[in-house]
Amino acid sequence: MSLTSKLTSSIGAKAVMAVSGVLLMLFVLGHMLGNLQIFLGPEQLNSYAAHLQGLGPLLWLIRLFLLAVLAAHVLAAIKVWRDSAAARPIPYSHPGSVQTTFAARTMLLSGALVLAFLIWHLVHFTVVNDPALAALKHPEGAEPHHPDVYAMVVAGFSHGGVSLLYILAQILLGLHLSHGAASLFQTLGLRRTGKAPSRVDLFAKAFAGLIVVGNCSIPIAVLLFGLGEDYLFSVLHAQ
Amino acid sequence: MELTLHVWRQAGPDQPGRMEIIRATGISEDMSFLEMLDKVNDDLIRDGVEPIHFDHDCREGICGTCSLMINGIAHGPEEGTTTCQLHMRSFQDGDSIYIEPWRSRAFPVIKDLVVDRSAFDRIMQAGGYVSINVGAAPDANSIPVPKEDADLAFDAAACIGCGACVASCPNGSAMLFVSAKIGHLAHLPQGRVEHERRLRAMVAQMDKEGFGPCSNHFECEAVCPKEISARFIGEMNRDFIRC
Ligand code: FES
Repeated sequence: MSLTSKLTSSIGAKAVMAVSGVLLMLFVLGHMLGNLQIFLGPEQLNSYAAHLQGLGPLLWLIRLFLLAVLAAHVLAAIKVWRDSAAARPIPYSHPGSVQTTFAARTMLLSGALVLAFLIWHLVHFTVVNDPALAALKHPEGAEPHHPDVYAMVVAGFSHGGVSLLYILAQILLGLHLSHGAASLFQTLGLRRTGKAPSRVDLFAKAFAGLIVVGNCSIPIAVLLFGLGEDYLFSVLHAQ
Repeated sequence: MELTLHVWRQAGPDQPGRMEIIRATGISEDMSFLEMLDKVNDDLIRDGVEPIHFDHDCREGICGTCSLMINGIAHGPEEGTTTCQLHMRSFQDGDSIYIEPWRSRAFPVIKDLVVDRSAFDRIMQAGGYVSINVGAAPDANSIPVPKEDADLAFDAAACIGCGACVASCPNGSAMLFVSAKIGHLAHLPQGRVEHERRLRAMVAQMDKEGFGPCSNHFECEAVCPKEISARFIGEMNRDFIRC
């Protein structure tokens, strides 16, 4: 069977969604493990960030790959959504359900909101539209000019609004993962039970929980427990 | 029992339809759901009103002709039960019951609650058969089949093709039906031979008919009157990706 007719079939589109989903899960996990190094102090986090920056062209290759994976995931989602809507032009006047979940029913919404957050997050930290963060990203003096990522994170999360938005986005991501991380096994034919309990569901819930708790621990530590407060103060003072 | 029915009425395939309120009186809890509709129709005919059209044939849960979305659940509230085997004791006196046809682009309404399910027939024609002569009944016993495979084939073969899976799927997907038909033959040596060709042809026809994709809501297996497991969907996905 040709690859194109396979990919454009209803099963193929879901397989694209599942495989790109796995790659995005790996990214989310790696991103979280990288960020958690904030708890090991400024040197550790900043040297990890400098190490990533030091990858040079390879870093751009990884970024392009991730962008392509994200695009595939979104395109597959659009196809599934359009085909589903077309398959039932007249809705039920009394809709009902037996065992589907809230997470499964809201995948499109949670996915779209996480995507919107992702764009905001990139603009906020990478493109940097906040002058206070820009000063930390391009510090004067010290050679070579490594951004002080630790200070940037602390400064960013010191805003209650930023932290709240971040935490909300993590909860949405967790909701998305709680269905997606289980659903992909069925889509790829690796689940052997139908809806009946499977270790797959446990894995998805644990993975989603891990990501939410891990990622939310940082803004909570900054906002409520003053993580990096003294460090940021000394950096800002030195400038 | 007295009931308030909200029933979809539609004069013909290209006519507009709407939900209509019809009172059902003198209903016994021993009646089946379809006998309840028979009684309502008797009363409607007596009053000179067009009776409610609905699909039915065997009325013993084996042919797959009856349908009906009852309060949003395909074949109603009783698990593993077709509408013809559902009884009015599952409802309370004074209940409001919403009765709608299967909703799917691939199942156009013919009249009222009757839908055209020939899309399923075309999927079967695309590959849901064994095209070699496999002999008579005694020949089947000459090929040993592992017990587990025989059981799985039998579970899948229990599909009566009613279309409840499509009707209940939030995406209007026919994956449970198609995977049951494919899985039933794939687990037997006689069917295994043409498995890949059958799989490709039936999936292509399924997409062509306009059924939706599967998002793993598992609503299909929950309403299936034959309790067919969505594990067959997983098997179909795996084999489709591999072939
Ligand atoms: S009428 Fe035959 S299964 Fe219900």
